[in-house]
Parts: sequence; structure tokens; C-alpha cells
Amino acid sequence: MAPLLSMENLVIAYGAREVLKGISLSLDEGEIVTVLGANGAGKSTLLQAVCGLVGIAQGTVTYAGERLNNMKAYEIVLRGISLSPEGRRVFPTHTVEENLMLGAFTRRKHTGEIAAARERVHALFPILKERGRQLAGTLSGGEQQMLAIGRALMSSPRVLLLDEPSLGLAPILVKQIFDIIREINKQGVSILLVEQNAHRALGVAGRGYVLENGRIAAEGPAAELKSDEKIQEAYLGGAALKKRPS
Amino acid sequence: MGNGKSAGLSKLFTTTPWYVPVLFSALVVIYPFFATDYFIDIAFFFGIYALLGLSLNIVLGEVGLFDLGHAGFYAIGAYVTAILNTRYQIPILALLPVSALAAGLFAYLVCSPIIHLKGDYLCIVTIGMGEIVRLALINNPFDLTGGPNGVFGVDFPKLSPNLVIDSSIEYYFLVWAVVGLSILGLISLQHSRIGRAWNCIREDTVAAGATGINVRHYKLLAFVLGAGLAGVAGNIYASKLMCVSPESFTFWESCLMFCIVLIGGMGSIPGVLIGAAFISLFPEIFRPFAMYRMLVFGSVMIVMMMVRPGGFWPRKRGGVAFRSLLEDTGNGNA
Repeated sequence: MAPLLSMENLVIAYGAREVLKGISLSLDEGEIVTVLGANGAGKSTLLQAVCGLVGIAQGTVTYAGERLNNMKAYEIVLRGISLSPEGRRVFPTHTVEENLMLGAFTRRKHTGEIAAARERVHALFPILKERGRQLAGTLSGGEQQMLAIGRALMSSPRVLLLDEPSLGLAPILVKQIFDIIREINKQGVSILLVEQNAHRALGVAGRGYVLENGRIAAEGPAAELKSDEKIQEAYLGGAALKKRPS
Repeated sequence: MGNGKSAGLSKLFTTTPWYVPVLFSALVVIYPFFATDYFIDIAFFFGIYALLGLSLNIVLGEVGLFDLGHAGFYAIGAYVTAILNTRYQIPILALLPVSALAAGLFAYLVCSPIIHLKGDYLCIVTIGMGEIVRLALINNPFDLTGGPNGVFGVDFPKLSPNLVIDSSIEYYFLVWAVVGLSILGLISLQHSRIGRAWNCIREDTVAAGATGINVRHYKLLAFVLGAGLAGVAGNIYASKLMCVSPESFTFWESCLMFCIVLIGGMGSIPGVLIGAAFISLFPEIFRPFAMYRMLVFGSVMIVMMMVRPGGFWPRKRGGVAFRSLLEDTGNGNA
């Protein structure tokens, strides 16, 4: 079976500087795949390339048999790929409810579908229902992250791109967010998860890729990556190594 | 998710006390019956600046695009009216939509290639655009614009052969009727899908694109609508002065429009009216101290930016300080 979303030899450059130097990656229907890497490895660029927010220099992005290269961002959202950007980026002077409705911007003709998506988001994040009339800028960091994910779900995507959902959140909230990510996946959404929190990310993902300086340094099933010593050293921190009696 | 005019209007009254627009409208209607022609004319130019402010507010206030060449669109509207009227005797009021369309079309053509620019870059290019329009007018292309002298003998607007708008008070009511209609239109636009898309682009362009808003399309739409409204102002201006010349459309005019929006509060319609009042009435009030009025004007602007950075009457919700917008464009590609 062909993967739902795949990248072949993707090269992205900002001016003369190549940020991604030939990435090949795939995401099957129903999977959670995580992309790990240090700051500046090109993780966010990868997601932005998928949704048409940065131009592609070489290579292809294919989604459900269709090339996404040079497609406009809104056309890609229409096809069922939706991004929850890094650093949340909710619209601070709009209410929570308005932020959610803006997530459904491309689906205005499908009122029934919007209502269903709204129900689903409210069920996943009850706090967003409670805070519906509050300005998004006044929410806490964790609530804003939930709102960002909820907003991305409002377009009823088949593929959800999550860019560092745990960024700057308290550990207890991080756990909650990852539980919700698993729940969203159970509802049939394929997820491409970019994270620095390698431990948590490999916990929910089926497979993973490690990005280093714009190339894929390692890839494989999450369990394998988790036990790979080199990766433990680089991304799970020395503490994880010391704990292991070996 | 209310849309349509009625929902927009009812929302206006929930954010602004109901008596403010009512009192203001009443004042506008009564004022000319108690004022001399001189003061009516001042109020007429207040109306023209209100229109210009409203038109720039679409681009600058709603979408956060820095446009310092808005006088160019104003000039296109005024010259289209003047040329078509003096050469082909087309009535002024029939040219009102024509000027709006011409200015809008011009904005579409000129802004299409530059719409992806951000912040100060867009600002610089629009300054150039406004200056090019003015210089082109001075150079009298195809013998149309009359060079530095401009075009003379623009007709009065006629509602019917007997009903000619030719006195100060009639011009006053013409411009304020147009301002009133524009405000009603803009309020419903603010609360429509388009207005929400605009505000989201202003707050976070990347997030707006990621939620599926066609950023380029909505930015261009703002420029076209803003230019169209400036074209309308140009039409009325041309017929009031009966002549148009390039010196009415200098960079300074663009700066004044920018000030109107900043003084009042970006994205706020009552704010635009306050800003326009300030810009048009201020030089008249301080006419006896003509030498110092720019000094006072500058000081007032500085004090205002310190005391009320969001403007005198910022938008209750969706209002932003100019400063935060500048900071935002600094890391636009993060």
C-alpha cells in the first residue's frame, strides 16, 4: 500500500543555505510518525514545506497520490492536511470559539461537518468549551496549545502535523497533550509529530526519524530508536543512560 | 457567527455605547445649519479625510499592511473623474463608481507583484508607487493630465438637471452621505468572514495561512477595496475643487492618511473619525500660529504615542498597537 503522505529527496533552501538536504520520509494511514532532532535540524521547515508555507527547491511531496509541490497553503488545507504550528500561534484578540471557527475557514459550505468537528474538539478539550468566550491571548500556555491543536482539527484533516506541541509546557501538561495526541490518532487521524521531547514522542509514535543538519541520521520503529544508544546519548540525555544497568 | 448587515450593526452597538453613533449622526446633520460656509467647508474636508482614513484603515488597520502610497489611489480616482468629465462630459455622479473601479483596478495591477512583501519593505515600495503616480501625472502622459497645472473645469455633480450640487452645504451632505454609507459597509465587512480573515492575517500571517486562509488573495482584496474607496474620495474632491493637480497628491497626503489611522487607533472606525477630525481641524484651529503648527503637531503625535500607543479610540477587540505590529514583522519568518 502506498503511504498516505511521503517525501522523496526533499531539498529546501532559504536563499543559498540548504536547510533540508534530501529527506525521504513516509507516513501511512493511521500511523503516528515522529521526527526528532535538535534545534536548527530543519524539523519545522519540513512541516512548513508539507503545508506549502515554504517553497520546495527539489524533490517531491506526495499526498494520497497527488503531488503537493508548489500548491498553495489553502489548497493543501482543503485536501485534508492541517498544521498546528510551533509556538501555538493562536489569534490572541479573537475568542477561543472564533479561533476554532477560523480553523474551519476552508469548510464553510459544510456546516454539518463543522458542527461535528466542533463537538469532537470540545470532547477532546473540555476546557476550550468552558473558555469559549474568552480571548485566546488570555489563556495559559497549555490551553493555548490545546486551542492550536483544536483549531487544526477543525478542518477535519486526514493528516495532522504537530510542531512541538510540548514546547514550554509543564510536565503534567505534556503528559496530557500526548494522551490527547494518542486519542486523536485512535479517531483515525494520521499524525506527523515533530518534537524535541524524544522520550515522550517515541512513546506515542509507531515509527520515528532523526534529523541532523538537514539529513536523516536514523530511522526505524520507535522501540528500536528508543533503545539505540547513540540516540539515547544525543536526545534522551545522559541520565537515561546512567539509569540503565548495563 | 452572525453575518450580514444587521448582525454587524448590532455588534457595533455592543462594543460602542448606542448613543455615540446616534449623537454623532445628529451632529453631522444639524451642524451646517448653524455654521458659516467657511466652517462647512472645513467639515467637508473633514469628510474627505474621513473617507481617506477609512480607505487606508482597510489596508493598514484591518490587515496590518503598511501602505504609504495611498495618495496614489486617491490621485487615480480624482484624475479619472476630472479627465472623463472634462473630455467626454460624463456626469460626476456616474463617474463615482468608475473612479472607484479604476483605482481598484490600478491597485490590483500594481500590488499583485508586491503583495508578498512584509512590513517596512512593503512600506518602501508603496512610497515609490505613490511617487511614481505623482511624477507620471506631472509629465502629462498622452496629453491627458495637463502636467503640473492639472485638469481644470470639472463639473458639479448633478442629481437631475435641476438638482445640482454646487453650494458648500450640498457638497457637505454629499460627502457625509458617502462617509455614512461607507461606515455601514465597513462595519458589516469587519464582522464578516472577510473581516475575520483580514484580522487573522494581521495577527499572525503564518497561522492564518496554515488554517487555510488564502493570504495573498485577502491581502489583495484589502488593497483593491481600500484603493476603491480612496478613488471615491478623489471623485468628490475633484468636483469640489473643480480642478485637480499633482501637488494635491504628494507623499505628505499619504503621511496624513497614515497619521489618521494611527491617531485614531488601527482598525477602529470611530478612531478614524477622530483622527480625520484631528488632521483636518487642527491646521484650521492653529491658523493664527501657522509658523509653529507643525511643531505642535509633531509634539502631539509624540505625546500620543507615549500616552495612548493604541490610538485615541482603539478597537475594543482586535485592536492592536502600532508598535506590536512592527515587532511582529521583525520576526515574520520565524
